[in-house]
Amino acid sequence: MCLAVPGQVKSISERDGTLMADVDFGGVRKDVCLQYVPDATVGEYVVVHVGFAIQRLDEESAKQTLANFEQLGILEEEFGAK
Amino acid sequence: MTTVDFSSWTCPVPLRDTPNVLMGHGGGGAMSAELVEQIFLPAFGGSAADLADSAVVTAGGARLAFSTDSYVVKPMFFPGGSIGDLAVNGTVNDLAMSGATPLYLSSAFILQEGTDLAVVGRIAQAMGLAAAAASVRLVTGDTKVVDSASGDGVFVTTAGIGLVPPGVEIGPRRARPGDVVLVSGDIGVHGIAVLSCREGLSFGTSVLSDTAPLAGLVAGMLAAVGDSVHVLRDPTRGGVAASLNEIARASGVGVSLVERDLPVPAAVRDACSLLGLDPLQVANEGKLIAIVAPSAAPAVLDALRAHPLGAGAQVIGTCVAEHPGTVVAQTALGGNRVISLPIGEQLPRIC
Amino acid sequence: MKYLDEFSDPVLARRLLDQIHAVTTRPWAMMEVCGGQTHSIIRHGIDQLLPPGIEMIHGPGCPVCVTPLEMIDRALAIASQPGVIFCSFGDMLRVPGSGRDLFTVKSAGADVRVVYSPLDALNIARDNPDREVVFFGIGFETTAPANAMTVYQARRLGVRNFSLLVSHVLVPPAIAAIMEAPNCRVQAFLAAGHVCSVMGTSLYPALAARYRVPIVVTGFEPLDILEGIRQTVVQLESGSFAVTNAYPRVVPPEGNVPARQMLEDVFEVTDRTWRGIGMIPASGWRLSSRYREFDAEERFAVGEIHTDESPLCRAGEVLQGHIKPHECSAFGKECTPRNPLGATMVSSEGACAAYYAYRRLDLVEVGA
Repeated sequence: MCLAVPGQVKSISERDGTLMADVDFGGVRKDVCLQYVPDATVGEYVVVHVGFAIQRLDEESAKQTLANFEQLGILEEEFGAK
Repeated sequence: MTTVDFSSWTCPVPLRDTPNVLMGHGGGGAMSAELVEQIFLPAFGGSAADLADSAVVTAGGARLAFSTDSYVVKPMFFPGGSIGDLAVNGTVNDLAMSGATPLYLSSAFILQEGTDLAVVGRIAQAMGLAAAAASVRLVTGDTKVVDSASGDGVFVTTAGIGLVPPGVEIGPRRARPGDVVLVSGDIGVHGIAVLSCREGLSFGTSVLSDTAPLAGLVAGMLAAVGDSVHVLRDPTRGGVAASLNEIARASGVGVSLVERDLPVPAAVRDACSLLGLDPLQVANEGKLIAIVAPSAAPAVLDALRAHPLGAGAQVIGTCVAEHPGTVVAQTALGGNRVISLPIGEQLPRIC
Repeated sequence: MKYLDEFSDPVLARRLLDQIHAVTTRPWAMMEVCGGQTHSIIRHGIDQLLPPGIEMIHGPGCPVCVTPLEMIDRALAIASQPGVIFCSFGDMLRVPGSGRDLFTVKSAGADVRVVYSPLDALNIARDNPDREVVFFGIGFETTAPANAMTVYQARRLGVRNFSLLVSHVLVPPAIAAIMEAPNCRVQAFLAAGHVCSVMGTSLYPALAARYRVPIVVTGFEPLDILEGIRQTVVQLESGSFAVTNAYPRVVPPEGNVPARQMLEDVFEVTDRTWRGIGMIPASGWRLSSRYREFDAEERFAVGEIHTDESPLCRAGEVLQGHIKPHECSAFGKECTPRNPLGATMVSSEGACAAYYAYRRLDLVEVGA
C-alpha cells in the first residue's frame, strides 16, 4: 500500500487557493499538492502519494541511514569475525 | 507437503465470466490470448502454437509473410509520434519478425464523424513518411465513417506482405535450452510516452515514443548469422513480459532473465516508480527481442549495435530446460521472481 | 530517482542480510502490515534470502484486499447509475464484488475512469457540471489526507456535483485484532512506514506493551525492509518489545501535523468490516457530519445491498496469516489472478496474487 516516492520541489504556486508544487522525480515532473507540507521550499525533497506531498524527506537522515549501512559489518570484517 | 501443479491447471470457470468484451481483452496479455484461443481459433481453424507476429504462407512458389494490426491508441498524437507512425511501423515490424523483407501495406480507416480533417491529414502524412522510411509502399486501402457516438477519432488497420528469404525459419517455437535472449535497446519507452499525456495521469517527461521500422535491423542480423536466429518478437502491448511468456510457452522452454542486465532508461524507471508499473509490462514500438543459438550471440550483438536502431542492444538472459513455459528473473539482490503474463491493461496503482 | 535508488544497493543489501543471519539464533515469525511491503519483499526475492527460520507473515495491509464486499457492491451500483462518472484508483478496477467488478460494469456502459489522484476526480467534476462525479475513497491513513483535502476543496469551491464514497481503514486496530485472534503466530510487526509518516508513532507503544511484540517502523525499498527486519530480529533475540523507527528520513514521531488536523475535521472513526476478516470495532473512518453532504453513500440511494462471496474463498485466513495462499484449495484452480474469487488474488500485492506471480516457481519444483 502507500506507493509514495521522493521528489524535489522545483517551483511553488497557488491554484484556487491551494498550495501546489512542480515536483521533479529524477526527470519525471508532476504537479503535486503541497498543502500538507506548506513550509517546503524550492530545492527540498518531499514524499508524494497520489499527487500529495505527505511528508518532507530529511536528507541528512537519509544520508546518515546509508552511512550506517555502509558501516555494518565493517568491524567484524576487520577483525575476521562474523 | 502441499503440492500445487500449475502445468495441468485448466480454469473450470468458462471463458466469459462476463458475457461482454472488456478493455482487458485488448491488452495483449492473458485475456487477449483467451479471446483468440477460445473464440477465434476454433472458428477459423488452426492452433495456438502457430500464432506468431505474422503468418508465413506459400503461394505460387514464393514464401510470403502476411500480417495485420489495428491501431486505436489514445491520444492519437503523443511525444515522438502518432497513430500513423504506429500503423505503418507496427505492421512492418510484424513482417520483419518472420525474417521477411516488408514490401506492401494496405490501410483501412474508421473515422468518427466530426473528426477534424486536418487531424486525418496529419495522420496520413505521418503514414506516408513512415512508409518511405521503411521502404514499403501503401498500395490499397479503405475508409469508413461511424457516427460520433461510437468512440472518438481515427482507428487504423494496416495489413502487410513481405518476402521471406529461402532457408529462413524464424518462429516462436524455435527457442531451445541454451539459446541467448537479447533485446535491441531500451525498454518501456513507448508506453510511458503515451501514458504521460493521458487524461488523469499526465506527467512531464522527456521520454519520446521509440516507434521505428526494424526490417533493416533484422536484415543485418540475418546477414551476420543466418539460421542461428531462432525467434524474433517485437514486444508491443504487454511488453517484454508478454512476449517472453508467449515464446516460453510456444517453445516449451523456460526463460531466465538477469534483471540487472535489462536496459531500462532512468526516465522510464522513474515514471514506473511513480505510477507503480513494471517496465517489463510496458509497450515498446521500436524494439525487438531476439533468441539466438549461443554460438551466434556475440555476432548478433555486434550486428545489432552496428545499426542505429540497435545501439543499445543487450543480452538479457537465456533459455533453459527448467521451468518450461515460465519466465523467471534473478533480482538485483540475488533472489528470484516469476515474471507473469500480464492479464489485461496495465493500470497505475496506489498500493 | 534520488533518495530511492540508493536504497536498493545490492552490496549494502548483502551486508544487511549478513547481519540478519549473524544475529538470528532461532525461528521467528513477524508480520509486515503493509501490502506495499509484501510486494517489495516478493518482488526482490527478499524472503528467499532471509535465514530459513525467519518467517514473513503477510498482513492485511492492502486496502484493496480488505475493502468490504458490501462497499464494492455499493460502488458498482453507484457506477451503474446513469449520468454518474465513477472515478477510482487503478487498483480497485478488478476487485470482484458479488460477481462483478468495475471493469464489467464499465463494459456494460458505465463511465468508469482511472485517476492518479483524487484531485483529478474533482477536476472532472468541475469540467462536467451536469454529471455527478463520485470518487472511491479507499486506503489507509496514508491516502486519507488526499481524500480529505479533496472533499475540503469541493466544499470550499462549491463543487456540488462531487461526492466521496469512503472506505478508509486504520492500522492500529488491525494489529490489535490480529494479536487477539486465536492461533496468532505473529511475534513482531513491521509497521507501515508511510502510514506513520502521516500519523506518527504515538499509537504503537501501547500495542507493543500490551501484546509484548516489537514494532519497527519500516519503509519499502529493499534496504529499508532489510533494516526493519534486522532491528526486529535484534529485539526478538533480546526479548525486548519496543517501538523503533527504521525509516527516520520520512517518519518524524509526530507524523504530519497539518494532515492530522485535516483528518480530525473531515473524518470520524467508525466500525469497519474488513473483507475476509470481519468487523473490527473503531477500525475505519467515514465522513464527519460537517461533510456528510459530500458522502456518496448518502447521496445515492442504491437500495439494500445483498452480498454474495464464493464459499471457496479463504482470503480472510490468508489476510490474518493463518494459512499461506497455496494452502487454500482454490488457489491456482478456481481462483487465479485471471479469475479471482477474493480480493487477495486481485490486488497486486494481495498475498495470493503475490504468491501466484512470484512464488509459483518454488511450488512447482516442490510438487514435481
